[in-house]
Amino acid sequence: MTLTLAHYLILGAIMFALGVFGVFLNRRNLISLLMSIELMLLSVNINFVAFSMWNPGANGLPETSGQIFVFFILTVAAAEAAIGLAILVLLFRKINSINVDDVGRLKG
Amino acid sequence: MTFTTVLFYILATILVVAGARVITARSPVTAVLHLILSFVTASLLWILIGAEFLGLVLIVIYVGAVMVMFLFVVMMIDVVPESLRAGFRTYMPLGLVVGGIMVLEIAFVLGTVYYGSGAPVPLPDSYDNTLELGTAMYSEYSYAIQVGALVLLVGMISAIALTLRERSNRKYVNVNDQLHVNAADRIRLVSMKSEKEEAAPVKEGDSE
Repeated sequence: MTLTLAHYLILGAIMFALGVFGVFLNRRNLISLLMSIELMLLSVNINFVAFSMWNPGANGLPETSGQIFVFFILTVAAAEAAIGLAILVLLFRKINSINVDDVGRLKG
Repeated sequence: MTFTTVLFYILATILVVAGARVITARSPVTAVLHLILSFVTASLLWILIGAEFLGLVLIVIYVGAVMVMFLFVVMMIDVVPESLRAGFRTYMPLGLVVGGIMVLEIAFVLGTVYYGSGAPVPLPDSYDNTLELGTAMYSEYSYAIQVGALVLLVGMISAIALTLRERSNRKYVNVNDQLHVNAADRIRLVSMKSEKEEAAPVKEGDSE
């Protein structure tokens, strides 16, 4: 039994489901929400890399577009994590809590 | 079953268990450590099929920088009251059912479509993943790379601007004042007569 594309796609599906599940499970904890989003991004990246390595491009080698897209996703995810954590620190300084329900206390 | 397939199953098991621990962990530090484990495992899974560059980038940049930053912030905010986990037990069974059905559906459709895909594209011995990606990046996607750099710049500036706190009692030098100073403002010459200092009286026992 060789390694097929289906293996990687199903693994990506499991990781994505874990991320979605984590958003519902920890919906009050902002840090856990950010980590669940990271899990979902990782599963999407797994899918991109797998499709890239299984599809030959024009020169018979794996198509590079998928892997370059992963590179951009990593860039955007890094920026997102930096800004998200900065907002989290600000929020914690202001209302001394990371509960999503307490964010309503800000009021403008 | 080839060795690669066995390795895939081992790594996939570690990845799924680590991912499950990320969302169920009680302490956020435990969750971040498991997130690091899942990123490292995912990068090894990528290296397994020949995407070495992205695997190493994931470890060096993502685990080394982003996840460590996560860890810093989590340790700074290490007060997670139990009330944050309210509803955890209530939604657990429903979530498991929904998630399970979701995975089964995706697995069924994708599994039937892509099960016959066979092995990945065979790589010649001279294949250099980094060279391929670099060539594409700096020719076909060079404009997109610059836009990505701009995204990082905006992220950096906004993170600094959000968390920067001005001190009210900051001691700093006003450059404008410094440049407009005249020699006359700095030193004042006073003419006064020289005075003779009286000899101080010598106390006894002070000499030693």
